[in-house]
Amino acid sequence: MAKPKIAFFEFTSCEGCQLTVVDSLQDHPELLDAVEIVQFREAMSEKGEDYQIAFIEGSCSRPGDEAKLNEIREKADLVIALGACAHLGGVNAIRNRMPLEDVRKYVYGDKAEWYATYPARPISAVIPIDAVIPGCPIDRNEFIRAVTYLLQGRLPYIPDNPVCIECKLKGNVCVYHRGMTCLGPITLAGCDAICPTYGEGCDGCRGLISAPNIPALRTVLAEHGMNETDIEAKMTVFLTYQRMELEAADHDS
Amino acid sequence: MTVKTVKVDVHHLTRVEGHGNIVVDVQKGELKQCELQIVETPRFFEAMLRGRPYGDSSTITSRICGICAVGHATTSLRATETALGIEPTQQTVLLRKLNFYGEILDSHILHAYMLIAPDFLGVGSVIPLAKSAPDVVLRALRMKKLSGDLCAAICGRHTHPIAMTVGGFTHFPTTEELYSLRARLEAMLTDVTATVELYQTLPIPDFERDTEYIALRKDSEYSFIDGTIASTDGGTWPVSQYRDVTNEYLVPHSSAKHAANQRQSYMVGALARFNVNHDKLHPQARAAADAMGLKPGCTNPYMNTVAQVVEIAHATYDSITLIDKLLERGIQWEEPVAPARLSGEGTGACEVPRGILFHNYVIEEGYVVGANCIIPTGQNLANIEADMRALVPQILDRSREDITLALEMLVRAYDPCISCSTHMLNVAFE
Ligand code: SF4
Ligand code: SF4
Ligand code: SF4
Repeated sequence: MAKPKIAFFEFTSCEGCQLTVVDSLQDHPELLDAVEIVQFREAMSEKGEDYQIAFIEGSCSRPGDEAKLNEIREKADLVIALGACAHLGGVNAIRNRMPLEDVRKYVYGDKAEWYATYPARPISAVIPIDAVIPGCPIDRNEFIRAVTYLLQGRLPYIPDNPVCIECKLKGNVCVYHRGMTCLGPITLAGCDAICPTYGEGCDGCRGLISAPNIPALRTVLAEHGMNETDIEAKMTVFLTYQRMELEAADHDS
Repeated sequence: MTVKTVKVDVHHLTRVEGHGNIVVDVQKGELKQCELQIVETPRFFEAMLRGRPYGDSSTITSRICGICAVGHATTSLRATETALGIEPTQQTVLLRKLNFYGEILDSHILHAYMLIAPDFLGVGSVIPLAKSAPDVVLRALRMKKLSGDLCAAICGRHTHPIAMTVGGFTHFPTTEELYSLRARLEAMLTDVTATVELYQTLPIPDFERDTEYIALRKDSEYSFIDGTIASTDGGTWPVSQYRDVTNEYLVPHSSAKHAANQRQSYMVGALARFNVNHDKLHPQARAAADAMGLKPGCTNPYMNTVAQVVEIAHATYDSITLIDKLLERGIQWEEPVAPARLSGEGTGACEVPRGILFHNYVIEEGYVVGANCIIPTGQNLANIEADMRALVPQILDRSREDITLALEMLVRAYDPCISCSTHMLNVAFE
């Protein structure tokens, strides 16, 4: 069987997910033998334009990105969003709630019109995608599992559980008992609850579970001393785009 | 005398972090255009912090760059702590330094082995090297894995750190983890020696251009976190006066801002640190520099990678010393130090892998009202272009491919981290 050809692309991102790919592969050299990487700008000069699987890191945040995304969609059999920027808009979408002109002027002053940009979106807002590997950054094991699934000819899938389930299985002390706050109850598991394990509350980088009870969690956050600004800040580190979509669909409170 | 018309246009330079183009246009022997264009999407991190609780700053700014995630987080925490009058404990200082070394090692190993060495060995990436020189690749992977594990033991993961917080940490490595890391670092010393030996054999291009070198300096150590801004042209500045040094300005061909201090441009990064602080290096790192022919006062930008190899040696040896100190003290479970006030302005400065990084925040009643981040690659851009302008006339007699490669190698030597600084390369010949 011919080895599947794989390409990596990045749009607006920190390249941390691609670095995580490099780190994952160094522990699994057998996967490097099972696939052919034809494009990975961060790590290699060779550029192949013939590929079956495209991993896309980063958000779409300027008009010029759309043509490239469409081209990738046409060439690839499977398009996989790699990480929160591609999956959710990630931290890039924080600015979507701010007036764009203000944001650009704040950083670039009266030269703001030199640099084209618009609100940051997940790539699924531009082209249809086949699967997602969530997280900021992606989880190494989940990436390896996803590639193994793809090599077996099936799409990776993620069980619709909240982070709390993994956190309990780890035997962590809930951070709420330590005077901190956490989005674990509404966030999709799969990261092995790594943030609570290292003493921090979850910020929701993997996105929402399918039926998040956001009003109930807001009440809990308020009971733990957060004001409206703090609650909004917590829920907009990674979830700005998803929540704006939910609000538009009138599901949010 | 060469009367030549050459256009170099390298679109999206590979093996650098982020997107850049090199554009060089020589008409009849005259240099018309010489630019490193930064085409990375603008990212607006400074604006995103405004209105948020101060505790969010390090979480969000670490996402500026996956390679320098710990560097951004550390600098961000130092800015916030300065603003709010927080003095970190001795244990926090030691753990942060060790964590920082993990990132310096990770980034320098990635650059020296995966991004730079292929140019010298005539291949497009590290992947063919796995077949032709497996021992070299395995060594690089082994060293890189240890650097990542060092960060993971302290802050959860290198990209993006979890347990680092304002005033301290939310998680601590166990004594067993520290012992095991220490043993692995000891074992890595032979790999460090082999890296130095490899770089002794690589033909680093000859090219000299005197410039100003800027780095953080401390009396007590080879500084990576905090210190005073120091220049090889003379002069020191407290980090709070960083704007007097960086003097940022915008140019149309780059979404990253340029910078200039006492000359038209200056250089930051491993070579600048070496030129400013080489007297503070670990003796074994100084010996490595001697072995590779790197001397203070070096003005060859291609030697930046050699200076990184020197820092690989320094960071490895000093990490062992730091672990010994931590083991001797015994790890204490400490609550983060609480802020002394909730309003104030503070600047943090660190020497991240690519050079000096500044974060400046203004905080009012616990919320960020102003933020500014000045990134190393942005500070280097004007200097890279000045090097390109000096280099191109010297190599015009070469083939277009060789000119392109020389320019690509020059830009890569700076280890540009372009996704950071926006907040690449296209070279054309006729
Ligand atoms: S999801 Fe996070 S780690 Fe991945 S590219 Fe975006 S900011 Fe970086
Ligand atoms: S720490 Fe967070 S994820 Fe863990 S149980 Fe508590 S709320 Fe859930
Ligand atoms: S705990 Fe939450 S923020 Fe942390 S990795 Fe998991 S989903 Fe992301």
